[in-house]
Amino acid sequence: MHFLNGITILLVYQLVGEVTVRLFGLTIPGPVLGMILLFITLVIRGGAGKALDSATGALLGRLSLLFVPAGVGMMVYFSRIMNEWLPIAMALVLSTVVTMVVTALTMVGVQRLMAKRSRDDG
Amino acid sequence: MVETDLAQIWVYLHTSPLLGLTVTLLTYGVAHRLYVWAGNNPLLNPVITTIGMLIVFLLLTDTSYEEYFEGGQFIHFLLGPATVALAVPLYEQLPRLRAVWIPVLVALVAGVLVGALSSMAIAWVFGASPETILSLAPKSVTAPVAMGISEEIGGLPSLTAVLVVVTGIIGALLGTKLFEWLRIDDDGVKGIAMGVSAHGIGTARAFQVSPMMGAFSGLAMALSAFATAVLLPGMIDLVRAVFPGLLS
Repeated sequence: MHFLNGITILLVYQLVGEVTVRLFGLTIPGPVLGMILLFITLVIRGGAGKALDSATGALLGRLSLLFVPAGVGMMVYFSRIMNEWLPIAMALVLSTVVTMVVTALTMVGVQRLMAKRSRDDG
Repeated sequence: MVETDLAQIWVYLHTSPLLGLTVTLLTYGVAHRLYVWAGNNPLLNPVITTIGMLIVFLLLTDTSYEEYFEGGQFIHFLLGPATVALAVPLYEQLPRLRAVWIPVLVALVAGVLVGALSSMAIAWVFGASPETILSLAPKSVTAPVAMGISEEIGGLPSLTAVLVVVTGIIGALLGTKLFEWLRIDDDGVKGIAMGVSAHGIGTARAFQVSPMMGAFSGLAMALSAFATAVLLPGMIDLVRAVFPGLLS
């Protein structure tokens, strides 16, 4: 019963997210708004509870399975991927490396800046 | 008689969701076993092997993607509630986040902007088509969110799903070496960088390094999903306004 109650809660938040996004013409996906609303609820309530933990564990524990049906859709785009393999491969590898380096160095830099400032103040 | 019966059964299976759903679950089961057997080798990521095996099966049995998706849609549908569910691990990381929220936030915004813009720019330089460029933009975000964004900005959601999975595998493969080379020891920093650039697959890799790196990576994955969903559509509009004709 926990799992069913948990999945119901998740679906209700998704539904509220989807309806709100359409109502106000927002550009974020409905489930993301649902996630934000659920997060706010958890902060206010101070915990997820057994039902949500059970459904979340089941869904996120096998998250990769959920990508499969969409991924199989690449058979529809096979010729596109073959035609554009070079830009796709370059973009994926180089951009992933650059993103990792920039994110890590920015965080290290800001941490050093804050440590220096608190030393100067103290 | 037996021959016509078999043909009728095959016609039934082609039009019923049962085949697509069952074959997806069975194939994933085999792929997952293969992955565990190979010592969690990221090259045998179960998503990639499942997708590969299913495509071969569909081609051999002359089944179209639309026929397959009759059954596949039931699994695909769960991406929505799974996205909502990301709020739970994010909430669980809240105490950790409170201590370092300023550096995390700045690094996150930098990573999200660089991730989307660099992938688009590199693809453009090497001559990709506008739809491919738009499908690449959300490549660093966890698939359910990335597909929603891709649809929103005019990309191809299924193509995005594939690009997201490959991005995660690249991040998981290169991450630790890259941090070693940059001489970064802080597992918090490594986790944030991994989660921002390689989402869930990178997070799974981060958990193998340390629980702290895994927790920060999961946090960064959830936060960058928010940030990208909020920032990217506006960014695309801006690119379209500054360079008219580039993405259409």
